[in-house]
Amino acid sequence: MQFGKTIAAGLIGAMAFAGAAAAQDTIKIGVSYPTPTHAWAAGMNWHAEQAEARLEALYPDVDLILINSPDPASQASALEDLVSIHGIDALVVLPFESEPLTDPVLNVKNSGALITVVDRGLSQPGIEDIYVAGNNPELGRKSAEYMMSRLESGDNIVILRGIPTTIDNERFDAFMAEIEGSGINVLDHKHANWNRDDGFDVMQDFLSRFPDIDAVWAQDDDIAIGVVAALEQAGRTGDGMFVVGGAGMKETIRGIMDGNELVPVDVLYPPAMIATAMDVTVAAFKSNGPVAGRYILGATLITQENAASFYFPDSPF
Amino acid sequence: MPELAQTETTARKPKLDLKMYGPAIALVILCIIGFSLNSAFLSEGNITNLLTRSAFIGIIAVGATFVITSGGIDLSVGSMAAAIAGIMIILMNALVDILGTGVLTVVVGAGCAVLLGALAGLANGLLTTKGKIEAFIVTLGTMGIFRSLVTYFADGGTLSLNFDIRGTYRPVYYDSLLGVPYPVWVFAVVAVAGWLLMNRTTFGRYCTAIGSNEHVAQYSAINVNKIKTWTYVIQGLCVALATVIYVPRLGSASSSTGVLWELEAIAAVIIGGTVLKGGYGRIGGTIFGALILTTIGNILNFTDVVSNYLNGTMQGLIIIIAVWLQRADWGKPKD
Repeated sequence: MQFGKTIAAGLIGAMAFAGAAAAQDTIKIGVSYPTPTHAWAAGMNWHAEQAEARLEALYPDVDLILINSPDPASQASALEDLVSIHGIDALVVLPFESEPLTDPVLNVKNSGALITVVDRGLSQPGIEDIYVAGNNPELGRKSAEYMMSRLESGDNIVILRGIPTTIDNERFDAFMAEIEGSGINVLDHKHANWNRDDGFDVMQDFLSRFPDIDAVWAQDDDIAIGVVAALEQAGRTGDGMFVVGGAGMKETIRGIMDGNELVPVDVLYPPAMIATAMDVTVAAFKSNGPVAGRYILGATLITQENAASFYFPDSPF
Repeated sequence: MPELAQTETTARKPKLDLKMYGPAIALVILCIIGFSLNSAFLSEGNITNLLTRSAFIGIIAVGATFVITSGGIDLSVGSMAAAIAGIMIILMNALVDILGTGVLTVVVGAGCAVLLGALAGLANGLLTTKGKIEAFIVTLGTMGIFRSLVTYFADGGTLSLNFDIRGTYRPVYYDSLLGVPYPVWVFAVVAVAGWLLMNRTTFGRYCTAIGSNEHVAQYSAINVNKIKTWTYVIQGLCVALATVIYVPRLGSASSSTGVLWELEAIAAVIIGGTVLKGGYGRIGGTIFGALILTTIGNILNFTDVVSNYLNGTMQGLIIIIAVWLQRADWGKPKD
């Protein structure tokens, strides 16, 4: 049964592919991602548009079609449209959610298109040809490494976490594993939902509760902005206090370039990964080297020295 | 009807106390719990934080008390706050070139916020009354509209206030008068004004009458549409005031600003003893409701006894218990 299905799918796929190839010589690549409703996603949208302009100028026969969708169901419909209307040769997709989009992406694959999945994996292995993602555990580990380089045994830190999700757990667990045995005390950790207001409230409460805090791991640049406001309000920005965020927001990077002592570094989780995925996907058609595989981007520690290369003043993020 | 039940119980005995003072008692119990978990809970700094933080939801909830008492509902307040904050920031940034970075720019920005709040409330009110659409649907619609407007203005990202204006505006949130932060003063003034309007004016009595029975109110020569529209305008003004003190806190607005504020405001109103279907409203209770909601979050941050993942459970339980304490027929003989 399964075997028969695969054959059938393969045949349909082959036919569709042949049909598309015969119809035109343009390489059509659909790029599908969630509608930008928060800053990180807006940055991703911006980088996708930049990559589209750059790649289409570089290769006149490449046509990139960018579509964003407000919810998983619309994204599934958008994927169907990309196949039926545009007859895409490849799909770059950042799934809204893993479960509900696994089948729709599989259907696109069955149409013969090359599949590149970005950031959020599908719930079945082996569907994507190319996988491009940031490295959440590495983000936690890098942050912990930096904390250990600045702090001594017996120093106290507090942690503000994101929204309770796998992403947050991966970051947090890796951080805790790395910091274990260093003698640095984690006083407490609370969820601040990757949100400035929550970061402010949670940090205010941490400051009332713990008289001695040496550093803060905010995990995210938005939370870090709230944390910094709370620290300034309480007048506890001195004594070598520092905050480590994450993601690579332009304001944060700007501050690092200017030598901000309160937020001296950032750990990269770049929205520009969509551009990497688009590059790699185009390379699958243009390069003479093999391209399929998994690309896990580094969680680079951004310091004053290298900050300039991660600074995009025109991006909304 | 609730009015009647109220007087009846008063006449009977002190059974009323729990209903009347339920929200205050719940807040005291919460404070005792907070203090026993960590004595820093009652430190001056934390109390100030708590009151200042309550101001946003509290001010909005005072407006919501009028809307709900007169039988309406406004789901758009959180999105409205975000949209007003966004427009206010854009306007003030644009005014830098003309008016400079001084107080004038901030005053114009705040004035514009108040105007926008009143207009947004008026739109909600007119669509509900003249448009004859259920308030739930009207405000569900405007909720989506306001929310997507701020996303659009911010290009999906975050709108940030010009750094120099932030310096001028910052004291509105962070500074104090007589040891009490300005947002708490605003909250107090709004609360007193709301209480007077609800309990000492014909407008307040009309709200209650309309909420109890709109048709009877109509036949009693009350201009129902006008009064109802006004409740939404008051709600809009409250949202605008809350926004004016919210913006200087972090100097930014994004699509995540004010998310779920509408539900917190409605919860504060109901915890305070106002009846969700209208006809009975209590401003004093609403104030305690807002304080209770903020205190729950504060206490959860003060302890690691409860798993972080269960924060929502604790909040839900306390809200339900707080309302149950007021509603259950305590010691009443079964009829």
